[in-house]
Amino acid sequence: MKTDLKLAWRNLWRNKRRTIITIASIFFGVILSTYMTSMQEGSYAKMVENAVRFYSGHIQVQNEDFWENKTINNTFVETDSMKAKIASVSGIQLVVPRLESFALASSKQLTKGAMVLGVDPEKEDHLTEISKKMVRGKYLKKGSDGILMGETLAKYLQVDVGDTLVLLGQGYHGINAAGLFPIRGIFKHPSPTLDRQLIYMDLATAQDFYSADHLLTSLAMLVNEADEVPYIVNELKAKIHSPYRIMSWDEMQPELVQQINGDRDSGAIMKVILFLVIGFGILGTIIMMVAERRREFGVMVSVGMQKIRLAWMLIYETFIIGLLGILSGSLAALPILYYQYFHPIKLGGQAGQMMVDMGFEPYMYFSLAPKVFTFQVLIIFIIIMVISIYPFASALMLKENKALRA
Amino acid sequence: MSIITIKDLHKVYDGTQVEVHAVNGVTLNIEEGEFSALVGPSGSGKTTLMNMLGGLDRPTSGQVMINGTDLSQLKDSELIDFRLHHIGFVFQSYNLIPVLTALENVEFIMHLQGIPSAERYARAKELLEAVGLGDRLNSRPGQLSGGQQQRVAVARALASKPRYVLADEPTANLDSHSTENLLDIMEELNRKENITFVFSTHDARVVKKAHRVIVLEDGKVISDEVRKKEVVNGPNE
Repeated sequence: MKTDLKLAWRNLWRNKRRTIITIASIFFGVILSTYMTSMQEGSYAKMVENAVRFYSGHIQVQNEDFWENKTINNTFVETDSMKAKIASVSGIQLVVPRLESFALASSKQLTKGAMVLGVDPEKEDHLTEISKKMVRGKYLKKGSDGILMGETLAKYLQVDVGDTLVLLGQGYHGINAAGLFPIRGIFKHPSPTLDRQLIYMDLATAQDFYSADHLLTSLAMLVNEADEVPYIVNELKAKIHSPYRIMSWDEMQPELVQQINGDRDSGAIMKVILFLVIGFGILGTIIMMVAERRREFGVMVSVGMQKIRLAWMLIYETFIIGLLGILSGSLAALPILYYQYFHPIKLGGQAGQMMVDMGFEPYMYFSLAPKVFTFQVLIIFIIIMVISIYPFASALMLKENKALRA
Repeated sequence: MSIITIKDLHKVYDGTQVEVHAVNGVTLNIEEGEFSALVGPSGSGKTTLMNMLGGLDRPTSGQVMINGTDLSQLKDSELIDFRLHHIGFVFQSYNLIPVLTALENVEFIMHLQGIPSAERYARAKELLEAVGLGDRLNSRPGQLSGGQQQRVAVARALASKPRYVLADEPTANLDSHSTENLLDIMEELNRKENITFVFSTHDARVVKKAHRVIVLEDGKVISDEVRKKEVVNGPNE
């Protein structure tokens, strides 16, 4: 094998310019594709992080009927046993209890439907960082009798910090829920939808308002590594059964998953075109290499080299070209992506403003996840494997007497 | 003792209009230690016959037996293996592997045979010295003259210690000095080691040295002249 590899290596450099051009096509293809993939994956990760941080968390434990029928009656008690089960699952950074329901919010002649979220202010702030989004007033304290509300909602109801808001809704098992709540603060939620309807309230105050003592509608969780969500969900599902339900962020936000998948698909089309160009470039080189050495192959087989061994030697040549392109491309891409990871591209103009309006930071983020690199390696490897069929078959089908006359 | 036995050998190619009988009923015995030349005009069937003698092509009918082995009974891979161990080839255009040095080209055959590295090196060096290229071991074919390349090709043909060497127009691309030199080397190997050489050639210098001259025309043997070694070698010695 050593001699065959030596032969393959030397054969590659018989026509240095051609080999270098072929390797360069893979080199630049890998850099371009890695850059695209890194930017896509970085942006998706940021979108998911934003979505998780906006509201849902990575995972939620709910009453099994709550997702389909979000009434105050589909609640549960966070028992010690459940706490212990959740605590036994590694990778969970934070568990945030919530009581979520709807109410009519009124001020003077104005009324609007609102989503009332009873929270543990400290824990909730770790997850959604609402305190950083306050535009007026102060963030909630534990046991506070006041509320926080979105700026758009406040604007609609023409209220501000210090005013009192009337909330009217249906409490646990049909009990009337009505109360007056002083507005302690106004926040600007990055999600326009939530900014139009969200009201934060201390958990105990919310449980009292809805006559739902000790009841929760969900436990939202933040995990250490977003990639581990599926494993943690499986582990939780194994431990927590009916009447509870474990939901991951992608189940709770299917539209985000669709958006990411749609974007991935369009990126994939670009990459398919890119890799087709690279693939045909390599194939062209290999076809020429085989054609111009036909007589030499004839000699090798004539003097006693088995065709299968010749075929393998040609595969080594093809793989060495691929390997050099992949390695050099990945090594060159690494510092570029490393830089971009810490210095994301700031979007200016309308594109940047659009992202700000959607509640996202106006940056193109990059990912350094291993899959960014392994994907390219895998694709080039598959291309090389497919291309290798040509020299492999050519060697196996070689007619030595004809090849000697080539 | 016959090293090669050819019985009623035919090779027919399907032409566009008519069948072409490249070899048409050749029957021959080649004895061990012969230094024979296959001669004839272009299209007489020399190369086709040589290809079948070397197991590079299969006959339409008839038999080629080498040391008792019927080549037509061997599968492709067995035929390649047979060539590796029993037949040496010298080609018209040298056909060395351009990316290997002279030494590596000779070693290549032994490498295919699975001979250990040290043994390969020693024998390759010895063979190259025997053909007068002891000082060009590490030269690549591109750095050698035509005559030197053909001498490397002879050394390569002998690397597997074959009892039988097929040389297809080995002097066609050589000047007269290189031709003389090459023929002397091959003749000496034939004399000293009793290696059987079969040439196909147009070259009168090769014919002059041959101990047996087989003339082909239209795929048939029209003349088969055996000469005495003493007569051939006499003037040179």
